[in-house]
Amino acid sequence: MSKFKKKQGNTTPGISTASLPDIVFMLLFFFMVVTKMRDTELMVKVNTPQASELTKLEKKTLVNFIFIGRPTDKFKAKFGTKPQIQLGDKYASVDDIPLFLAKHKASVPEGQRQSIISSLKIDNDVTMGIVGDLKTSLRKAGQLKINYSAKKRERTK
Amino acid sequence: MAKKNRMANEINAGSMADIAFLLLIFFLVTTTIAEDKGVLVKLPQWSEEPPPELKLNTRNVYSVLVNAQNQLLVRGDVMDIKDLKNNAKIFIANPQKLENMAESPKNAIISIKNDRGTKYQTYLEVYNELKSAYNELWEEAAMVKFGKNLDQLSNAQQQEIRNEIPLVLSEAEPTKFGEEK
Repeated sequence: MSKFKKKQGNTTPGISTASLPDIVFMLLFFFMVVTKMRDTELMVKVNTPQASELTKLEKKTLVNFIFIGRPTDKFKAKFGTKPQIQLGDKYASVDDIPLFLAKHKASVPEGQRQSIISSLKIDNDVTMGIVGDLKTSLRKAGQLKINYSAKKRERTK
Repeated sequence: MAKKNRMANEINAGSMADIAFLLLIFFLVTTTIAEDKGVLVKLPQWSEEPPPELKLNTRNVYSVLVNAQNQLLVRGDVMDIKDLKNNAKIFIANPQKLENMAESPKNAIISIKNDRGTKYQTYLEVYNELKSAYNELWEEAAMVKFGKNLDQLSNAQQQEIRNEIPLVLSEAEPTKFGEEK
């Protein structure tokens, strides 16, 4: 009986939770760094080709993205299977490029506008016709720095 | 007596931070962050006027044609894409000073032309091979001239090498073959 009583009096103190905030913060920071926000839903299938001579895109604010690919299953019924250009969150034609570029340009501070890069995320499977039209349109709009998005592979021997 | 002592002891939370750090480092090492990478290209300025007629010596021009069937025609001969890089390197550097290859790397011009029906994948592969031909030539030149890797050189030295072997890649308007319907 006395044994039982003693146990009750000496209950174990709870695990110290002092370091819990640190752990949680660390996890938070980790996910903040790793997570890449996708601000637009992809409406085209984009599987970029592989290349070896890659350049990293440094400043995200100076980059605008243009996607070309075939519509995803969700949009197939409405838009068919022909390759489409996606600007922002909707399908567009090459004629919409100048306005799209101008809008992005307006959001960039004046001094940095000459280093704006267009990142072209184009599907493997697309033919050069639509890509050529896009290139012409970019040149007409004065957007000359472009980056063909690609996956890393080793150089061929 | 021993039992009583164990009850009173608190779990040591001091090592918790170490465990958390370990986890953090583990995740940092194993996670590959999706990066935006790609082949950087500078397009030529748009002009309404037709380009000036340039008299180019044919020995200096390395023409690459990619047709709608994704086949390559390099200087009039069919070529496999695997051989493109080494062939281009030999053309630009011309180590044996052959009559039918570039007078000097400074004069060499690469010209690409594709059909509208050419696959984007093939096009980018061709572009990538030609770019890697130049990159390798630069690296070799850096080794010979400064005895260092290209990325260890100062900007001025890199520029010097790039001026010696300038990358001149001209792209013609695509021909209208094999357009997708």
